[in-house]
Amino acid sequence: MNEYFIGVIALTGIQLIAMLGVSLLTGFTGLYSFGHAGFMAIGGYTSALVVKYLHIPIFCSVATGVLVATLVGIAIGYPALRLKGDYFLIATLGFGEAVRQIIEYAQNLTGGAKGLPDVAKAFELPTIILIDILVIIILVNFLRSTHGRNCIAIREEETAAQAMGIDITRYKTISLAISCALTGLSGAMMAHFMQYLHPSMFGMMVSDMLIITVILGGLGSITGTILATCILVPLPELLRIENIQSWRMVAYGVIILLILQFKPSGLYGYKELTFKQIKKYIANLKTRLNRRGKSFD
Amino acid sequence: MLLQQIVNGLSIGSIYALMAVGYSLIYSLMNFTNFAHGVVVTLGAYFGFYSLTLLSPSIALAFIIALVLGGIVSSIIELTTYRPLLQKNSKRSYLVIAGLGIQIIVENLIIILLGGRFKTYPSGLFNTESIYFFGSHIGVIDLYILLISILLLISVELYINCTRNGLAIRSAAYSTDVTSIMGVDVDKLMIKVFLIAGMLAGIAGYFLGIKYTAYPQLSALTNKAFISAVLGGLGSLTGSVVGAIILGLLETFVSGYISSSLRDIFSFGLLVLVLLFRPTGIMGKSLDDKA
Repeated sequence: MNEYFIGVIALTGIQLIAMLGVSLLTGFTGLYSFGHAGFMAIGGYTSALVVKYLHIPIFCSVATGVLVATLVGIAIGYPALRLKGDYFLIATLGFGEAVRQIIEYAQNLTGGAKGLPDVAKAFELPTIILIDILVIIILVNFLRSTHGRNCIAIREEETAAQAMGIDITRYKTISLAISCALTGLSGAMMAHFMQYLHPSMFGMMVSDMLIITVILGGLGSITGTILATCILVPLPELLRIENIQSWRMVAYGVIILLILQFKPSGLYGYKELTFKQIKKYIANLKTRLNRRGKSFD
Repeated sequence: MLLQQIVNGLSIGSIYALMAVGYSLIYSLMNFTNFAHGVVVTLGAYFGFYSLTLLSPSIALAFIIALVLGGIVSSIIELTTYRPLLQKNSKRSYLVIAGLGIQIIVENLIIILLGGRFKTYPSGLFNTESIYFFGSHIGVIDLYILLISILLLISVELYINCTRNGLAIRSAAYSTDVTSIMGVDVDKLMIKVFLIAGMLAGIAGYFLGIKYTAYPQLSALTNKAFISAVLGGLGSLTGSVVGAIILGLLETFVSGYISSSLRDIFSFGLLVLVLLFRPTGIMGKSLDDKA
């Protein structure tokens, strides 16, 4: 495997963490955010700047980035999550753009529109995959816990969940905090892997991509999100056509409209792909083939 | 200087108002954020540009084209995208995602077909003079934009308040089910609402094209319309106009006296403050009340 492919796989692994974060928020809690790239930016820039100025180990700086992204997420969620209606959506939409503009405005610190070069190098492919696996394990365990089930209950029916005694705002905030932490982690890893940061890396399109991938993979499905990320993120790297980025987005838009019309839960919605299922499927296939074979006799 | 900033702020605020009214109208009726609204704004700017460069240099013709085609595009979006979803009783959030899908498709198709570059309206057609008034220069274009927007907003207000259709829209904002029991064809009503919203959005796009340029990401400016609507009270028409004017004025002051790159950060900060301290906005009564 050459270096280029390793790079693509590593980037997919890093993006996967952010996708999983959005998956928890959108797929399992039913909140739609259109500015999650902003949290990636916060994680990335915080970690890069902390290393640059305070010279602490990268592990600590990444932790700082995650912490700051989480705190900012809670700060946004505090006013917006208490309200019904599309307030959260509008708030995140404004937030994503505002973060980008603040980065461009604070030129002396962040390099502004020129970008931030020479970020300390860290994270090789094995580390990234290890972190991916850890994140998945933690997330699956969270979703199986009371807290995770409460989040799913809120997605299904807010009023009913409240009647059951679930503190809706609290669990929405928890879900948002975890998703911000994961997106921040992804941003920080991206910064140290690419060794370069630029505000355009966290534009509106990145936020769109995050939510689109999660929807295409299937709301409420961790395996769906993982599958969608592994297919959709490396795809444009492998196909190199003119205007590919735009054509890709057009295709995603069309697919989304079709999915909403015909299979609103997404490609693999509300189900997980497990080894048991695959075994069952193969067993089914075998019996079906056998039967067909017999009927031909 | 101050007067100049005020007129400038009013003119940009009135463009926000054109967008925010269409957004609020749909929100009050169907209770979802129409993300495809920005698409109509972007297309309005392009319709204006191509009418002026390809058809004729008539400003009025471009205005009418942006108005009519904006309305048509908006109704087509309703018919082809939202209508089937509504008939299936889809979740409200799916409508939002569908709108996002439309926005992504159109924005990228524009980049592919027309190019991602800024399209500047032909110069010389528009009155770039400024009137010298009490020691400040006031752009004639700004005055025209302000005047026409006010006329449009008043006519929408009259339509909503003084016609049978307007009555139906007001009652549908209260409850679509009850309205449909009363014998109003809610489906037809929605087309009308999308038509009005689209016409206003088309004009807003045309004005933005005149003031700035036409470019694929113009729809991002609808964020300002959303913020205006929250500032004035989500779902309230008068509120969204008031919110838009206030936002336009404050933004112009911030970019005029502090820094223009702080403008969008300021609007977002304002949004957070409103959500924190008065989520019902300026005109909104209660979170459950609409229109």
